[in-house]
Amino acid sequence: MRKNLNVIAAYSIMMGLIVLVGIFQSWNIALSIFNLCLISAVMTMGANIQWGYAGLINFGIMGYTALGGLAAVLISVNPVQEAWSAGGSNILFSLFLIVGMVLAVRYVLKKYEKTQKRTYIISTIIILGIIIIRFVSEPGIEAIEEVDPAKTGFLGGLGLPIIFSWIVGALFAGGLAFVIGKVALGLRADYLAIATLLISEIVIAIIKHEDWLTRGVKNVIGLKRPAPYEVNLQQTEWFINLVEKFNLSKLNLISDFAERQAALNQFVIEGSSVFVKLCYSGLFLIVVIILLILTQKALYSPWGRMMRAIRDNEEAANAMGKNVVKQHLLIFVLGSAIVGIAGAMLVTQDGLFTPGSYRPMRYTFLIWVMVIVGGSGNNFGAILGGFVVWFLWIESAPIGLYLVNLTTAGLDDAHFLKVHLIESVPYFRFLMMGAGLLLIMRYRPKGILPEKIEIK
Amino acid sequence: MDFVNAIILLLNYIFVPALAYGSQLALGAIFVTLIYGILRFANFATGDMMSFGTMFTILFTWYFQSVGIGLGFLPTALLAIPFAIIFMIGYMLLIDKFVFKYYRVSKSPPVQLAMVSIGVMFVTQAVVRIIIGPSDRRFFDGEKFLIKAGEFKEMTGLNEGLAIKSTQVITIFVTLILVSTLFWFLNKTKTGKSMKAYSDNEDLALLSGIDPKKIVMITWIIAGILATIGGALYGLDKSFKPFTYFNNMLPIFAAAIVGGIGNPFGAFLGGYVIAFSEILLTYAYRKFFMYILPESMEPGGLVQLLSTDYKFAVSFSILVIVLLYRPSGIFKGKVL
Repeated sequence: MRKNLNVIAAYSIMMGLIVLVGIFQSWNIALSIFNLCLISAVMTMGANIQWGYAGLINFGIMGYTALGGLAAVLISVNPVQEAWSAGGSNILFSLFLIVGMVLAVRYVLKKYEKTQKRTYIISTIIILGIIIIRFVSEPGIEAIEEVDPAKTGFLGGLGLPIIFSWIVGALFAGGLAFVIGKVALGLRADYLAIATLLISEIVIAIIKHEDWLTRGVKNVIGLKRPAPYEVNLQQTEWFINLVEKFNLSKLNLISDFAERQAALNQFVIEGSSVFVKLCYSGLFLIVVIILLILTQKALYSPWGRMMRAIRDNEEAANAMGKNVVKQHLLIFVLGSAIVGIAGAMLVTQDGLFTPGSYRPMRYTFLIWVMVIVGGSGNNFGAILGGFVVWFLWIESAPIGLYLVNLTTAGLDDAHFLKVHLIESVPYFRFLMMGAGLLLIMRYRPKGILPEKIEIK
Repeated sequence: MDFVNAIILLLNYIFVPALAYGSQLALGAIFVTLIYGILRFANFATGDMMSFGTMFTILFTWYFQSVGIGLGFLPTALLAIPFAIIFMIGYMLLIDKFVFKYYRVSKSPPVQLAMVSIGVMFVTQAVVRIIIGPSDRRFFDGEKFLIKAGEFKEMTGLNEGLAIKSTQVITIFVTLILVSTLFWFLNKTKTGKSMKAYSDNEDLALLSGIDPKKIVMITWIIAGILATIGGALYGLDKSFKPFTYFNNMLPIFAAAIVGGIGNPFGAFLGGYVIAFSEILLTYAYRKFFMYILPESMEPGGLVQLLSTDYKFAVSFSILVIVLLYRPSGIFKGKVL
């Protein structure tokens, strides 16, 4: 108990802050912050597994998040029959060709020694393959994108409940990570960072511009929900009764019946969106707890010890007969898969998929700030980092506004400096994140909750 | 005649824009490579440092415009750049003193320095947005075109026009002057040679009495000059928007690595490699083939290898291929 005191203290302060937001701003805001904190926590856990356990630097978090989101679309949206009949066969045939091309390249790689001739053969296969695939897929893609472009214009998905996408998102992200890992894991740390960052940009470019698959920048809206809809809730008997019970003391103060009814309606409307958010919080909390249990178990298992050994001294671990390359690939895939889950969760909560919103600042660098601030190598630290940083990211605008008003209190309201500063309040969050990161790295380089390995 | 038309077409749409864009990338890439070679970390704040320098250029341009100082047909920004550079160097040295120095002295691993540079990136981005705002700004004034498409057509009697923007010419000229001075400095002067020595082997350089503090300071000064000029030229040619500058960091990194990181000359050429391949692969060649081929063989489609949406993706793919097959870059930089 004593040795976990700092963990408990840090988490209670965090929860207290969110409750304060609930009391002073509104419970709606508090819960939406809490939900995104949970999602950020999942992302941070993924990055923490790679960085904290194994020392692998992965700046491609944005790409995996987007793939998770893509999974949500492909699982939950109903299939567009016309589009399938218009161009489905071409797409399937191209897919078949891609698989064939990959197999051919693999065959050549296995069969022949590494010579210049082999490189030429492989590049010929790839270039020819790309030309043929473009030739085959072009009419199909055009046909698909022409099917009711204002509403669909893409193949749609499988029409399954969106919850499944959390698993599929993990598979997608893990698959991508496998390919990237095979290609890039041999690079030195900072090159790996740049390579993963650029590859994630390629992934986003593909998601943004392949309209037949993702609708691209036209966005997919109105995804299915695992939680009830507010409008339906507001009509449900038991829910209205529940809200009435909760607010009985306030309602009883109002004597007039019509007024009381109006107030009750207001409470029901507010309550319904709080209730929906609570549903999401419950689902997300389950994911976070399951992941936390698994990652903690992994951290203290022989495998976790091996990972730390590899991280701290690769050569020594290699000399002890540990397969460093294989373990690096494994942990790269696992961490990315967790980020993929978070991506699917994010789209599930928003109910929409907007490829244009995936930007490295928000989805890669911010997550890294969370990992570093929270404490790399410590799962509780990673989750805390997700909470603290996301909370500050959202609340820095009000805090910034308060500070600006405080420092410029002596100035006239129309003074150009004051107006300018108030207009630029949204950017104080960058300043806060940067300053926070620099201060933590300088004075507490292991994060708020540092890695602590107990030997049992 | 058709053949000349085809050449002019390529010049107008590929060669001139790519040369200008490549020069802008090259300056950024040399900046990245110098920091990497001498201070030994990947600087993720590159794009934002460039936007910081450009911001000062814009502020000074506005000031000069308001008091009525100009350069006639040249953009006022050229006059503003030297003043901006002074501020930029001050900022760079300040950052180094308060942020990077600590990690350099304590010999932190490069990854940690890269993380720190992310912190610097956030702060710089915030400062730029707070001072000048996130919106798109054009600060070009003076004569816009050196040769207008219409005039060129009249002059030569060709079907295709060749338009050359004055910003493109300025970009290429300034880049050539700056880069040749830089190479002269690195290869011929004593300080430049000691910088190279320090980059090659730190311990040996220290043994032979090279002052590391001086090397680091000069590196930041050169970096400040490159970042400001590179950023200002890009802003003059296109427009200034903090977010675009942040994004430009990615092709700049690609250029630096493709050219062989740590090798300034490689970075210089890398910029052009990236720019030319981006534009060559995404240009629609339909009109070009219409001029060149006989009528019966005219192509039906756009004859475009990749849609323009994938412009950035091209440079990143080149980078990935280079990393796979020749990790030290085309012109042999540091081995990974």
